[in-house]
This record gives sequence, structure tokens and C-alpha cells, in this order.
Amino acid sequence: MPINPNQKLVENVLDLKTVEQAPTRKGFGEGLLEIGEKDPRVVGLCADLTESTQMYLFAKKFPDRFIEMGIGEQNMAVVASGLASVGKIPYITSYAMFSPGRNWEQIRTTICYNNVPVKIIGSHSGVSVGPDGATHQAIEDIAITRAIPNITVIAPCDMHEGKKAAIAAASIDGPVYIRYTREKTPILTTIDTPFEVGEAEVLFDSNLAARPLSSGPAAKSTIDIAIIGCGPLVHNALLAAGELEKEGIKVRVINNHTIKPMDEATIIQAAKDAGAIVTVEEHQVHGGMGSAIAEVLAKNYPVPIEFIGVQNRFGESGEPNELIEAFGMGVSHIKDAVKRVILRKK
Amino acid sequence: MAHLHDDDIKKLEEKANAIRQSILEMLIAAGSGHTAGPLGMTDIFTAFYFHILKHDPKNPLWEERDRLVLSNGHICPVQYATLAHAGYFPIEELNTLRKFGSRLQGHPHRGKLPGIETSSGPLGSGLGQAVGMAIGFRMDKKKNQVYCFMGDGEQDCGIVWESMMMAGKLKLDNLTTIIDRNNIQIDGMTEDIMPLENLRAKYEAFNWHVLEIDGHNMETIVNAVEEARAIYEKPVMIIAHTIPGKGVPEIEFDYRWHGNPPGKGPTDLIPAVEQGKRMLAELRTLGGRIKSEHQ
Repeated sequence: MPINPNQKLVENVLDLKTVEQAPTRKGFGEGLLEIGEKDPRVVGLCADLTESTQMYLFAKKFPDRFIEMGIGEQNMAVVASGLASVGKIPYITSYAMFSPGRNWEQIRTTICYNNVPVKIIGSHSGVSVGPDGATHQAIEDIAITRAIPNITVIAPCDMHEGKKAAIAAASIDGPVYIRYTREKTPILTTIDTPFEVGEAEVLFDSNLAARPLSSGPAAKSTIDIAIIGCGPLVHNALLAAGELEKEGIKVRVINNHTIKPMDEATIIQAAKDAGAIVTVEEHQVHGGMGSAIAEVLAKNYPVPIEFIGVQNRFGESGEPNELIEAFGMGVSHIKDAVKRVILRKK
Repeated sequence: MAHLHDDDIKKLEEKANAIRQSILEMLIAAGSGHTAGPLGMTDIFTAFYFHILKHDPKNPLWEERDRLVLSNGHICPVQYATLAHAGYFPIEELNTLRKFGSRLQGHPHRGKLPGIETSSGPLGSGLGQAVGMAIGFRMDKKKNQVYCFMGDGEQDCGIVWESMMMAGKLKLDNLTTIIDRNNIQIDGMTEDIMPLENLRAKYEAFNWHVLEIDGHNMETIVNAVEEARAIYEKPVMIIAHTIPGKGVPEIEFDYRWHGNPPGKGPTDLIPAVEQGKRMLAELRTLGGRIKSEHQ
């Protein structure tokens, strides 16, 4: 199997019909509850969306450490900055469109410039928010956060990773943005899957099909393409890889959950081994994870890149999967991008 | 806070005068920056750092200290000068204001300079941070007082009213805010740009206790803060009526001096140094002679 056994993914990861599904935000709710129990400095703030951001679990358990902000995301950011400056670890939650969308300047000045440990939790990112339409579909949030110094930016691929990210954020001595999603998406990892902030993980590698990991790294890589994704679309990348391999194309899939700071070594190695890259994210292709990878590779090891993501347009209403297809982020689109970029290799 | 005697008032007024001199000197050296606001808030800053605040210049991160959040960061020359005179850092360093490599940034940066509790400049964000601090202290059952200084122009910002509503809701009695009611903002008089009155009624409608004082009278400043501490169940807003540019007749009351340093103001017909020297000479020496020019 080309699935990396060290990743301890679910066994039926490539079977869309049977793989379990849950929203990544569910992982946030559980993660905050767990870290809240362990660390009394953790406080929760929410802007009138306690249930849909999953903050309600924490609020119910720790009413004295939960602060209802009303519909005031700018105030939420600055109040959190004040709390952090007197020793608290505030998690602030709303839809990503409103936080870090509406309150970007307050996040920049009072959280990131002050360099205080506020954790910004943006749920409902991406077009897969669905029927609510473009006003509620944050597809610029990675770009606007990663441009700010001092902040860590994470986009978990599923519920388990979402939980691990929420917990890990508390031990980072600075601002963190974590991007969550509304819709149920495949649970591809398990509680045993490794997760370290800033370390990209190889989930799938065609080399592994021929060579067991224990025999050490291959002397010469034989992969044709590396697909680097973040967020729930990593699962589409895996499905595409499975199909491409059957067509004789050797693929590596990387879960690049931490967009800032980027795991440059893993990305550069992938470019060296494959000679071409496809990036996959549910975000504008301008300024997102793909752009961040292009920045790393342009400087260190330039190769052709195709960018799967939203192509310079606003979202719209529809069913989540329908929108993923309509916006060119489905499995077939990833496969097409792989074939296009392979032809561009020199 | 000890009771204020007549000789204490005299000392505070002399200190304020020295701080005003430093403000003018540092702005002249910088060649840019805001003049009117800092001169107008000098008496209040002096009263706080030399009488009211629980703080230790030699231990700026002392856990027991009161927190003073400056929301309108552009008046930082008065905070820098006051901090230096209080002993947080050498007075000579004031002349590095706005220069490359200086700890005295054009707008304050937390962590860079001792005594600065938060980075500020973009207006409206200080009150919410003070609210967050007050909530944090209340959660931990700590006695630290939180003070926030704001400008009147920044009341235009919507976020101020978000924070105001929340402080009223939570009845944050460990929070006292002083608003510098000097009636000017960069483009003109506040009542022409975006009318604020009836300001007192607005704050009261948000469930704040409101006091109004002469912001140049040491005794009323100190008494108002003492009164604020006696108010339970509500945050307190002290509307301090001040004269922008206080102490330099050429600058007083003129909104055109909001964002300019000596030498680059509206009456700029002579070189900066000459104009600055003249202003320094004009700076009225209160010297304890009177408690307030309004009396």
C-alpha cells in the first residue's frame, strides 16, 4: 500500500462510501474542552455563535471562564488581547469571515504586534459553508493572517487533527489562527496520527507500494508528482492519488496543515523528488497555502506548480459538494491538474 | 493614594511643567509628531504617574501594578516624557523619538519600552483591552486597577461603543476611563466633524457612572479618581475638559496643531528650531502659583 503506515490513517481512507465523516469544528469543541480542563488560564470568547463554533461545550463546563461578546468581533479581539496581557490564554471564536475577517486590524495591532497568546478560531471557512452563500464563505483568511508577523496559521484536515491543533495552540507562546470548517468531511486520521505544529506529513507515497518503510528511503525517488494540501481537501488529494496510481502515475501526498511557519524542508524535498507540484486548498489561490509554497520553491527549488483553489471569484449558495465541484476543487480537477503540470516539466 | 496637600499640588504642577518642556524638546528633535494632545494631557499624566498609580518604575512588570492603557497612541510623547521623568528610562532617550532604532516608536510598541502596557495608534482599541484586563483581574480576584485614557475624536470609532456596552453590561468597577475632551481632531473641531454631544448622556445610557472635571487642576483630577474608586457596580468615565496645546499660547485651542510638531505647524514662517525655542520660552511656568488657570 502506498499509504504511509506511520501516519496511522483509517483503514478505509480511500473508500468514500464507508469512511466516517464529521466537521473539523467538532474537533475544536472537544479540543478546547480538553485543554480547558488541563490549563486554568484558558478562557473562551464567542461572538454570538456559541453553538455553531462548538464553543458551547467549554461554555457549559466552565461558565466562569466563558465570555459572551455579542456580535462584536472587533471588540472580541481587543478584549482577548487585554485578557492575554494579564496572563490568560483566550480562544476567540466566530465565523472566519468575521474573525479574522472583520477584525483584522485589531488582530494585527493588539494581538500580533503585542505578540500575546490569543488563539483565533475561524469556523465556517471555505465555500463548503454551502447555502449561506458568499457573504459567509471565508476564502481569504489564510492570506490575511499569514501576512502578519508572529502568528502561526493552521488548517486541520479533519476532526481529529482539528482537536490536536486546538490543544497544541495553547502551548504556543504567541498568536495562532486555526481555520475550521462547517460541513461534515471524511475523518482520515486517527487519534494516533502524528501531529506537530510546523511539520508537514507524507500521507501517501507510491514508493511505499514497492518498498517497505523499514528498508529506508529509496536511493532515487521515482515519484512523478507531489500533491500538497491543507484542510479537508487533503482527502480529495488522497482519492486523486489512489486513482492516478492505478493509471501508472507515481504520487506523493503531503498534509501541510501548518501554513505558517511552513515545513520548508519537506516541501523542498517533494519538489526535488517529483519535479512538479499541485497545491490543494479551499481558499483563493491568491495568497493562500499554494502561494506560500510557491514562495518557498521559487526561492529554493523552482518547479512547475498548478494551484487548486478558488480562482479569483466569490463563493455562492449551493450544497457543499456541489460547490467543491463547481469551483474546480474535486478529485477530477486535481487529477487534471496533475496531468497538466507533469507536461510542463522540463 | 495619599491625600493631596498644597505642597504636593505645587510639586505636581512643577513636574508637569518640566514634562511639557521635554515634550516640546523631543518633538522639535523628532521633526514630526503630535503636539496639541500631549500638552493638553500633561497634567493628567503627571497626576497619575506621580500620585495616583500603583507602579514601580524599577520593576515595570510588577504583578501588583495598576494598568494604564493609552488608547490614543498618537499622544505618546506625553507618556514617554512622563515615564522618563518617573524613572522608567533615561530622560536623554526622549530625543530619540521616532528615530530609527529607537525604543520610542512614533506610536507605542508594547515590549519595546518599559512602562508601555499595549501597542496603540489605530484608534478605538484601547478601551476593549482595558475591559479584557479588568475581566482578567476580576476572574483572578485581584485588586489591580485598570485605567484607560482615550481621545474624544476616537469616540467616532464604532468599536469604542462595543467596548463601552460590554463594560456597562459586566459592571466593571475596577475600570476607570479618562476621556481627553479637548474638542479637536485632525480635520477640525469634533462637533463639526462628527458631533459627540451629549457625551455624558451617551455614556450614562451605556450604564457608566460619569464625572466631569477640569483636566488641568491637579486637585480635581486626583479627587475624581478617588471618587471613581468609591463607585461600585459601574465602570467610571471621567470626562476631562482640557485645552489642546495647554501651556503654549500659540498652540492652544488650535486644531491645526493636532498632528504637527513645533516648526511644522500652521504658523510656520520661521525654521523649526527658532519656533521651538520661542515656544519653549512662551511655555507658562505654573510653578505652583495657581492651582488652575480656570480658577
